Amino acid sequence: MTKIGSPAVCNRRRFVVAAAAATAVAVLPSLPALAQDQPEAKPWDALVKKILGDAKPVEGKLTIDMAEIAENGNTVPFTVAVDSPMSDKDYVKAIHLISTANPRPEVVVFRFTPAAGVAKAESRLRLVSTQDVIAIAELSDGKFLMTRRPVKVTVGGCGG
Amino acid sequence: MQNPRVKLPEKAKPGEVIQVKTLISHVMETGQRKDADGKTIPRKIINSFSAKFEGQDVFSAEMFPGISANPYLSFFFKVPGPGEFEFTWVEDGGARVVQKEKLNVVA
Repeated sequence: MTKIGSPAVCNRRRFVVAAAAATAVAVLPSLPALAQDQPEAKPWDALVKKILGDAKPVEGKLTIDMAEIAENGNTVPFTVAVDSPMSDKDYVKAIHLISTANPRPEVVVFRFTPAAGVAKAESRLRLVSTQDVIAIAELSDGKFLMTRRPVKVTVGGCGG
Repeated sequence: MQNPRVKLPEKAKPGEVIQVKTLISHVMETGQRKDADGKTIPRKIINSFSAKFEGQDVFSAEMFPGISANPYLSFFFKVPGPGEFEFTWVEDGGARVVQKEKLNVVA
């Protein structure tokens, strides 16, 4: 900035700079919404990559059953299941459940054996706020299934 | 970590797929909360559960603070014949609770 301008000029320049900054700030919040398909590295994103390695997950056969609106985020019942024969040669080894907004993305890992007969498990999780929940299933042939579903949370559940 | 509860069907047939429901009392302290003095309350959760039938692995779960207090876990089991389940819950620090339950199998 120049030091030789009259105070009036200075003020006008400051105003222009401030206005530009304000515009930038106003525009910024909308950027993440535009970039939703390419999220920046979030903890849950790193966890998903760690589980999958180089594998490309496919959709289908894996379901998350959960209320669309969870009134109490402290305890949200859910069921995860894979349509699998659970035979010695073709079974589900594990289902990972991941939160996209909790302080830690890991929620639970269920590990199955063919002795289970059905690849299905239930529990209750904590959700701090409205978010997407992701499930990844690891199959005995090395393939992965992945699905995600949104859940609205009325009262968040991570305590004080 | 106390009062483990397991619900099995009263009777099961060989080859049938049954649902096993388990519950145990535990605060599942997340490690995220602070006490009245502003100090973080250390994490203390049940971090693992496993179910065996006649010594054979059936199902297990690795749990994180995202699992609710008094963790409920349910899974399924294809009945091979008569036998006994062994359920184990392990807390941070290594304390464990083991519960055995016979499955009533009728032909």
